[in-house]
Amino acid sequence: MTIFDIMGPVMVGPSSSHTAGAVRIGRMARKLLGSQPARADILLHGSFAATGAGHGTDRAIVAGLLGMAPDNGDIPGSLWLAEGAGMAVTIRTGNIPNAHPNTAVLTVTNTEERTLTVSASSLGGGRIRVNAIDGMEAAFSGELPTLIIRNEDRPGILSEVTRMLSEQAANIAAVQLYRDRRGGLAVMVIECDEPLAPSLRAALSQVDGVVRCTYLNMEEA
Amino acid sequence: MAFGSTAALVAAAAKQPLWQAVLEDDCRDRGAERADSLARMEKLWQAMVRSAAEYEPGRRSASGLSGGQAAKVAALEGALCGPFLQQVVSTALAVAEHNACMGRIVAAPTAGASGVLPAVLLPLQKRDGLSDEDMIRCLYVAAGFGQVIALRASISGAEGGCQAEIGSASAMAAAALVQARGGTADMMAAACAMALQNVMGLVCDPVAGLVEEPCVKRNAMGAVNAVACADMALAGVRSAVPCDEVIDAMAAVGRAMPAALRETGQGGLAATPTGRKIAETGLRAERT
Repeated sequence: MTIFDIMGPVMVGPSSSHTAGAVRIGRMARKLLGSQPARADILLHGSFAATGAGHGTDRAIVAGLLGMAPDNGDIPGSLWLAEGAGMAVTIRTGNIPNAHPNTAVLTVTNTEERTLTVSASSLGGGRIRVNAIDGMEAAFSGELPTLIIRNEDRPGILSEVTRMLSEQAANIAAVQLYRDRRGGLAVMVIECDEPLAPSLRAALSQVDGVVRCTYLNMEEA
Repeated sequence: MAFGSTAALVAAAAKQPLWQAVLEDDCRDRGAERADSLARMEKLWQAMVRSAAEYEPGRRSASGLSGGQAAKVAALEGALCGPFLQQVVSTALAVAEHNACMGRIVAAPTAGASGVLPAVLLPLQKRDGLSDEDMIRCLYVAAGFGQVIALRASISGAEGGCQAEIGSASAMAAAALVQARGGTADMMAAACAMALQNVMGLVCDPVAGLVEEPCVKRNAMGAVNAVACADMALAGVRSAVPCDEVIDAMAAVGRAMPAALRETGQGGLAATPTGRKIAETGLRAERT
């Protein structure tokens, strides 16, 4: 916790958890998809569902999907802006068993018909956590430059990835590994201290057994 | 590494101004240059100035509960509290209403309490002709005390009730005001302690779960409390219980609070017949 967690952020109100955090969730889904969604289905759970309309949670998530940051003055008008940008948005409320009270599940589809489902929670103070991507468990905040690598579940891929990172002197802050079943599809989430060079990201996606490599740096526009 | 106690913060201020001790700690903590930290704090100060300037009296929140109240107070003739405090109250309402209407504010320490610091600092800057540099020093002092409160207790209404949100903002603002008036580090700690004492036990009971009623008005209360406590501290009044013990007591009271009184919209004003009615009709109106 730094003094700028106490003083700041600059944000559009009224709530750091229900508004600023919600913008970050939308922005996270957009980054993970890799482009602006053409369609978005937003499911709000818990306190997001109960008080989201009054807190502008719906508009905040859509603003994030449009690429806005939590301090963007256009957040209140995001639903209208999405319409103008040709983004079809549906917003629903529902109950997700055992989920954090401020949880949203976003299913986003781009113009190339790539679809991604992201479950994320707003933890307070504008901080968020991704809970799952396409039903695969995960737990990361996006506060650090993060690699999300989907790969075949077989030996050697993790060590190859970490070797390439260490060659570029990229320090790893945290590693998480998930898989749907033995020998099936796996996900590694690697959080790094410093931003990663585009050439390294490209090389990582060429590693044998890697299905997809997504790089997340929420600091970048 | 953040200061673990206000006593450590005051001790660090023995050889240099307290604001500078906080600044240097921030540089160590984040591996940042002094100029970088100062530039970041200046941006926050400018955003605070804008948050009050951008207030539009005609704007209403989505629920219809907030808007237009700051302008009413600013226009009141013969205000009982005098012109300075009248400005403090109207600025607190303006920023808090701006927040409720999805305006841009600085969370200090939270969005719900964003009116308190600008409410005391903006009118004082105007009255005493202080520089932006002076105000940025005030923000370092506020952040230093706020960090200790966050570390030992909480700045979240969901965790510690309104005492942790408006209370923390009020305590931070009280210490900042002592800085602005040239008081000592001991006086800052006393002002912080007294401001927290005065709101000990305040519950978080937002009607319909929204950051509007009573939150907007509690920003005014937190700001006025900060002014009173800063004046008491500057006059030499001391808290019998040291600042760190007050913060720890606030944490214990927060833990003892039932969930209904911690931002769930189920207790206090939210649970009154009128509060419930607003929740039902207001939210239904929003959905249509």
